[in-house]
Amino acid sequence: MTEKSDSVGIVEACDFVFGLTEDDYLPLDCGRKLGSVNIRYETYGKLDDNASNAVLLLHALSGDAHAAGYYSADDKKPGWWDEMVGPGKAFDTNRYFIVCSNVIGGCSGSTGPGSINPATGKAYGMDFPVITIADMVRAQYRLMRHLKIDQWLAVAGGSMGGMQALQWAVSYPDAVKGVIAIATSSKISPQSIAFNWVGREAIKNDPNWNNGDYGANVPRQGLSTARMLAHITYLSDESMLNKFGRSLQKSDKYSFDFDYDFAVESYLQYQGARFVDRFDANSYLYITRAIDYFDLSDEHGSLSGTFRHMKSDFMVISFSSDWLFPPYQSEHIVKALVENGINVTSCTLESSYGHDAFLLEVDALSRMTGDFLRNLQAGGNGQ
Amino acid sequence: MEMLRQNITEQRKDFAVIADQIPDGARMLDLGCGDGSLLKILALEKNIKGLGVEGDQNKIIECIANGVPVIHADLNDKLPFKDNSFDYVILSHTLQTVKRPDLLLREMSRVGNMIVISFINFAFYKARIQLLLRGRMPVTETLPSTWFNTENIHLATILDFRDLCARLGLKIQHETPLGQDAEWLARVWPNMFAQTCVFVLKSGVYCIENP
Repeated sequence: MTEKSDSVGIVEACDFVFGLTEDDYLPLDCGRKLGSVNIRYETYGKLDDNASNAVLLLHALSGDAHAAGYYSADDKKPGWWDEMVGPGKAFDTNRYFIVCSNVIGGCSGSTGPGSINPATGKAYGMDFPVITIADMVRAQYRLMRHLKIDQWLAVAGGSMGGMQALQWAVSYPDAVKGVIAIATSSKISPQSIAFNWVGREAIKNDPNWNNGDYGANVPRQGLSTARMLAHITYLSDESMLNKFGRSLQKSDKYSFDFDYDFAVESYLQYQGARFVDRFDANSYLYITRAIDYFDLSDEHGSLSGTFRHMKSDFMVISFSSDWLFPPYQSEHIVKALVENGINVTSCTLESSYGHDAFLLEVDALSRMTGDFLRNLQAGGNGQ
Repeated sequence: MEMLRQNITEQRKDFAVIADQIPDGARMLDLGCGDGSLLKILALEKNIKGLGVEGDQNKIIECIANGVPVIHADLNDKLPFKDNSFDYVILSHTLQTVKRPDLLLREMSRVGNMIVISFINFAFYKARIQLLLRGRMPVTETLPSTWFNTENIHLATILDFRDLCARLGLKIQHETPLGQDAEWLARVWPNMFAQTCVFVLKSGVYCIENP
């Protein structure tokens, strides 16, 4: 860890367990109930006396509760949104109490398919119930109550994190003052569903997958193929051209075989292999399914109808080169918000980074979220 | 607060005139809102519920700093709002920059009940003199760019604008001509001596004809 005055420093993960008795189980959209639920979370900054400065960060598909800081003095890798979270940064830990938790269904501490099923004493595997974005938020609501918070000053996230942020405002309109939804959608397109399908097929067709019961013999090949495919969708034609061009990795000549030649191939292989070391194949199935099923217009026939009772102020940000969550999907959200007279600010930021921009366009995002949060804290949106 | 108003209205005389037209508590849409100054002033002074539309991301970032809700949209497209969503729709010094001013006016009249437009008058005497005597496209304080790089692609005169309003079935309720030095001259002969003119229009029935 490098000593930096704008880092939250060394942090510790916490666990919150609920659902130990049947009346405390977490009801799920699929009709089943989840008992003995663990939520892994981290907090940065201090909750003020009237619990009015709490901000919930929501992670994307492969994220976790570790949004900022380091786990030890020699830890080299900070949390996933470290550039945005810390003293004096956009999510200013001198002003706000920041909370980030791992989603249920995940594999980074919260209960998921890799957790032990208390009924059998073995890992859930495919017995784990199919969860939704709303289920993830329902579990986070329990955490909020546990932390003695009645209302978040803001909920914020990109990609699947943005879906959770939107879902929060829909499910618990009184518990959210502001929503920051970045590079997200109220429902993903068939193109994105298709990519998720192919990723899951790669996992399921790996002989090691064994219907989800793989123990230590993980379906490496399937999961890394799924990740490589997904990784392409997070970039853009322009960003790949800038980053790799057609440059070769090992030599200046083609190898005339089928091992990797190009830098982009080597990069994907590296990303795939690295992902397998930190992510669980079954979690990948469950979480991508939750993303597929997410559709805020479902219950009320229209998105505008879903937003009718919301009370939060919104900031909706998309990126010009994001083809996985294209700007038109954000515009769709904004239109439905405006129709309901909700205070909303929107921007499609110019970026060549594709979907990954939500982690990379730090300067613009910092200014926007920093000012948006300050206005929320000052009491509304200047209106 | 007073300082804010003074700073803004010194820079842009039409802002003060526009601000005076807006009643307390109005639902207001400011198209091409820039950094959101006008909406910010009116939110403080008149408790309006405002929304800006802007196409420049840096200006949007400034709006957020000003605490003004703003939507990123292109004024050349259909406006992303339902019919009659606003009491007042504002457009200042921008009509001449869009591809089809007539279509934007229609859109404004669709989403709002009242329209307030500050319009740059190309028949202003200084522009006329430059065109007449020098035989070249005018360059003035309100029109500082040269013809080949200007954003102002649809320049027109106050008389032209009145004609368009008539064609679109928009009723002009009020005109405030703004001169450069002698305000009384602008009032007497707006098309010659008004550099800009603030029009208040009442949304009417759409015109059937397609101009």
